[in-house]
Amino acid sequence: MKIKHISFLFLSFLIGCGESISPVDSGLEQKILHFGNGSEPQGLDPHIVTGVPEHHLLISMCEGLTIANPRGGDNLPGVAESWDISPDGKIYTFYLNKNAKWSNGDPLYADDFVWSWMRILTPSLGSQYPDMLYYVKGAEEFHQAKTDDFSTVGVTAVNDHELRVELKNPTPFFIRLLSHYSTYPVHKKTVLNHGKIDDRNGLWTRPGNFVCNGPMNLKSWELNKQITVEKNPLYWDAERVQLNEIRYYPVSNESTEDRMFRAGQLHVTNVVPLEKCPVYIENNNPNLRIEPYMGTYFYRVNTRHPILKDKRVRLALAYALNRDQIVNKVSKCGQKAAYSFTPPGSAGYEPETEIPFNPTLAKSLLAEAGYKDGIDFPVLEILFNTQEGHRKIALAVQQMWQENLGISVQLVNQDWKVYLAREMTGDFQISRAGWIGDYEDPNTFLDTLRPNRGNNKTGWENEEYDALLELANSTNERSLRYKYLLQAEKLLISEMPIIPIYTYVRQYQISSDVKGWYPNLLDTHHPKFIYLER
Amino acid sequence: MLRVILKRIAIAIPVILVVASLTFFLVRMAPGGPFDAEKVVPPQVMKNLNSVYNLDAPLIIQYRDYMFNLIQGDFGPSFRYPGRSVTEMIFTGLPVTFELAFYAIIIAILIGSLAGVIAAVKRNTMLDYIPMTIAMIGICMPTFLLGPLLVLLFGIHLEVLPVSGWGSLAGDKILPSITLGAAYAAYIARLSRGGMLETLSQDYIRTARAKGLPEHKVIVQHALQGGLVPVVSFLGPAIAGLIGGSFVVETIFQIPGLGRFYVEAAFNRDYTMILGTTIFFSTLIIFFNLLSDIAVLLMNPRARSET
Repeated sequence: MKIKHISFLFLSFLIGCGESISPVDSGLEQKILHFGNGSEPQGLDPHIVTGVPEHHLLISMCEGLTIANPRGGDNLPGVAESWDISPDGKIYTFYLNKNAKWSNGDPLYADDFVWSWMRILTPSLGSQYPDMLYYVKGAEEFHQAKTDDFSTVGVTAVNDHELRVELKNPTPFFIRLLSHYSTYPVHKKTVLNHGKIDDRNGLWTRPGNFVCNGPMNLKSWELNKQITVEKNPLYWDAERVQLNEIRYYPVSNESTEDRMFRAGQLHVTNVVPLEKCPVYIENNNPNLRIEPYMGTYFYRVNTRHPILKDKRVRLALAYALNRDQIVNKVSKCGQKAAYSFTPPGSAGYEPETEIPFNPTLAKSLLAEAGYKDGIDFPVLEILFNTQEGHRKIALAVQQMWQENLGISVQLVNQDWKVYLAREMTGDFQISRAGWIGDYEDPNTFLDTLRPNRGNNKTGWENEEYDALLELANSTNERSLRYKYLLQAEKLLISEMPIIPIYTYVRQYQISSDVKGWYPNLLDTHHPKFIYLER
Repeated sequence: MLRVILKRIAIAIPVILVVASLTFFLVRMAPGGPFDAEKVVPPQVMKNLNSVYNLDAPLIIQYRDYMFNLIQGDFGPSFRYPGRSVTEMIFTGLPVTFELAFYAIIIAILIGSLAGVIAAVKRNTMLDYIPMTIAMIGICMPTFLLGPLLVLLFGIHLEVLPVSGWGSLAGDKILPSITLGAAYAAYIARLSRGGMLETLSQDYIRTARAKGLPEHKVIVQHALQGGLVPVVSFLGPAIAGLIGGSFVVETIFQIPGLGRFYVEAAFNRDYTMILGTTIFFSTLIIFFNLLSDIAVLLMNPRARSET
């Protein structure tokens, strides 16, 4: 009898609370968006943080001079309602919106930008993104402590609503940089109330303290659980903002996130689990989105290695890969085979490079380099960080190289930080890599492979390539600039210090209630355009 | 008794210091640093960061500074989350992990000891075989399998319980507590069955029965106290294990507990966070072992007289 009672109680405990309405349904009524945000953000200080989850949060709470266009293409006005560019492309004058305010009601002035840019360039702050502003005259020198006089940096407030920026070179993508959170203004008084200008650990980003200038404002922040932002009525374009709240969930486990979406706890997911993607494609899951993304998955070649320094060997490796097979049979989630380093279509840039899949040509190149049929070729190592997706691709590549070139290949997987350390110190032969653009312009890709760039890591240094990029960056005329960049891209692919494999796509699930959400290359979805409707 | 407790505490302090020192040097030996990322920052930035966090000082000086702060109870700032101190993060996650572990252990004790006692009393019947078979499966079934299975059944197919969260939606604490408690319930069932069988064969039980005491009184009043001793001594390490091992359940159910911080800190090379949580967990384990030893002393007169 007692046991019956207990089990009855237990069952009613289990089933009793099942009638509650799902967050997605209640969100529709209350205009609350539930957003899968990947992982817990490092913080909310735009001058300190670096990741994608932080980006999602910061574009809703703060605003730079411009904002990314939700439909892709040129940036839209943000705090700056308009701007002039001098004929030589080096001097930008921004006219700030007179209605722009901080979330505590203070007016936002041009001086706020000057102070904020000084903050991110202050060496002792230890910001990881100061190079976004290195295009500004004198910024790099100030950040490298060659001078401590900020008046040498080319940013000045002409008056309260006019900001003048002088650049080192005409930088046609400069307007696009200004929607990146590292260029955002921070509220001087609030920051200084909680520490010095270079205080990384100041508590100004906590709920209650946080002051910024975006369409939403920080409401609550529960560590590893959720961050809630609410509509900021003082935002200059508040009329357009339709959402009352956005709740960001730091769900790092992809399967958990998928289950949350299926149970109506999320409107948008961050990713789709690797194993689910092909299934969802086959079942025509109406919530699945696969959209072009500005990122390239590639294999990095260590050109300092005695065998890999031979260009013919690198080309042989590249020509022996069947990229179509990799995307159709291995990654299987809509990725596009890549034949260039820069993804096609970035700001109208269409690379003209080709990488043939031609085992015969590959074999003859390898023979020319002295390894006929792969004889005497030492065992080649592919380094990658431990992850199922990378392992599958490495296995496919291993098989293609063994089959098409007759060489033996070994796979080495390492913990993320060990993998990074080995790449950084050049302790690898071939390593898996990915690069996601910071702004929509081919420069964000091609620049990384110039000599002396920390992200090069291949040891490949080519003066002609460097000169072409320098030429491209010294002109303001787009067609001429793209001509130089296309030449540089061709040169890069003919030298093959990196072997492109595929162009990334963004895969996620989204509820049909979410409107005003458009695909774009940088995957930026500004909250002021999003609304919920069934 | 007091002597035992004092002796244990005297041993615990050097143990914790050794754990702290070993962990300090081990995490530094691991390749990669807290600020390494796929996107390499200019050398000047790395230099600035290292100097902000005192990582450019000789290792032995860093060790001295860390231990000096530790003795004053300061775990330092987190490297991964600027603006958060390790102490703050531990005390944010801890109440959640404690609550989860508490529900799990209650479920484990209730289900486990009930099943174990019944199995012992009804030895070699279906009431013995069935719960013990289930217990065996429970021990073998990992939480990362049981959790998603329960979610699929109750959360997605039957739609009666939320699939994730902690304290946000009605009933979201049920599935994680059951998932975490299940394996321990199974252990407790086997332990209590064994303990009860041994106790039931003792002379004093035979005497109680010979005096004509009803069977339920024999079991509840006489046999239980002795029969559950193995369970109690298992509880100390079990609670410590529950708290330390809640990582998987916290990840599956998106629970903001301490376990997630612990494991993520190791992946992120968040040196101070790794050290802080390791020291904290080792203190907890020592503390719960001590508690369960005291409970055993209280329950078992023979052990009491031996000390």
